[in-house]
Amino acid sequence: MKSRREFLINAAASAVLLGASGAAEEWALAGKPSHSFPPRPGEKAKVVIARDASLHGPTTALDEQKVLNLLEKALAAWTGRDKPAEAWKRIVPASVLAGRVIGLKVNGLGGRGISTHAGLAMAVAESLQQAGVRAENILIFERDTWSLGSCGLSVNTDSNRVRCYGNDKSGYEETPVACGPTLVKLAKILTRECAMVINLPILKDHEMAGITFSMKNMYGIVDRPYLLHANNCNPGVADVNAIPAVREKLRFTIGDAITSVYDGGPGFRPERLWYPKALVVGADPVAIDCTAWQMIERKRAEVGMPRLEAVGRRPDYIATAADAAHRLGTCDPQRIQVVEVQS
Amino acid sequence: MLAIVFLSASVGCKTRSANPFPASGAVTGWEKTGDTRTFEAKDLWQYIDGDAEEYIHAGVVLASTSEYKYQNQVEAVVDVYTMGDATGARTIFEKGQTGDAQKASLGDAGIAYAQSVVFRKGPYLVRIVAYEDTPSTQQALIALARGVEARL
Repeated sequence: MKSRREFLINAAASAVLLGASGAAEEWALAGKPSHSFPPRPGEKAKVVIARDASLHGPTTALDEQKVLNLLEKALAAWTGRDKPAEAWKRIVPASVLAGRVIGLKVNGLGGRGISTHAGLAMAVAESLQQAGVRAENILIFERDTWSLGSCGLSVNTDSNRVRCYGNDKSGYEETPVACGPTLVKLAKILTRECAMVINLPILKDHEMAGITFSMKNMYGIVDRPYLLHANNCNPGVADVNAIPAVREKLRFTIGDAITSVYDGGPGFRPERLWYPKALVVGADPVAIDCTAWQMIERKRAEVGMPRLEAVGRRPDYIATAADAAHRLGTCDPQRIQVVEVQS
Repeated sequence: MLAIVFLSASVGCKTRSANPFPASGAVTGWEKTGDTRTFEAKDLWQYIDGDAEEYIHAGVVLASTSEYKYQNQVEAVVDVYTMGDATGARTIFEKGQTGDAQKASLGDAGIAYAQSVVFRKGPYLVRIVAYEDTPSTQQALIALARGVEARL
């Protein structure tokens, strides 16, 4: 674990500008996973919240081995398979496991202190490798080098190891696509390199959207996300996740709720910092966000803050994502099974 | 990326330029550890995506940011927002206030928390945030804030 983390942290930032290498990958070629979202009639979307109170403290560093252990516990709870390699087979299609690129989309927009922890990204990369995925078929990405740095990650373009770089290096498609009524250009990392994306967002309050977690993290794969912020990001968040390439390739979320801000986000606000010390895992991004929203609301209530609706920031994009026009998942509590596990 | 940034803001009927970022050692114990990055209003989303609209609505002209370290113990980031006028700075300042803030004698108005300091001075809104909470963090941040204030 340590050595793999070091290669990213210590790797000299490469100046290599990556071209549009690799053919476009279609999920249809990779095969469908055994689950679906929205859930089929009679089924529930499972969301696992895995907690470990000893992950870290306000003044102590994140214990990366414990992050890996917690990740594997969460995957076991979600899949019903105790062995990580078997669990991954329930999440990643065999054809992707065998040799296609899996992208890990982190979030570093909030700056240092409130970005996806490098320790989580490396734990996922480590666990995938233990399941047989070759290092070079794992690509950690974000919008740009600076945002990766906020996560504690450095650029690495060495194709023999886990790669890590931003859209600023590989660019965006020339031809825009419809995102609701807006035209956006998609990151080539998504369209050309990754057969599948595992989402690694960080849980935050959001000045406009209300909360940001799974679906909002996909703003990082379009060239001009600021076009999608109107009306509390509704329907912008739902629209970007409904873009066919996003819908097809974003198949799983391993959300970082190790550290969070319950107010004043999405930037780093130490006076509103909170340590849920949890991972939130599932395949249905709407159910994930619905669950995350309630985590934020509970924390706000605990400290005597008003509900997001009362301050004009109810995350209505979550319901929009579940509507008939988007069908990205479910936000019906009766159709969400939240499983809590402790490490 | 610019090593030095010069901010120009209209103050009353005259225009003044300022580099608000103290050099290493200018404030006791503080070292400037990174280059200054600047963002015009149209590009602010690249730095504070999600927060940018709030600043744009309040009339932000320019944002600049730089990182510092205090006695190799506390790392901090200094953000200086140049608004179109003092009203814009006040709008952002007052929106960010919460009941648990301590008043700080900085600029036209200032507040401090254990790990952050925010103040406004004329058209400038300054936010300084530390990544570590130590017994000396708040006082060190206020000292750095005074160093920035003196340059505005």
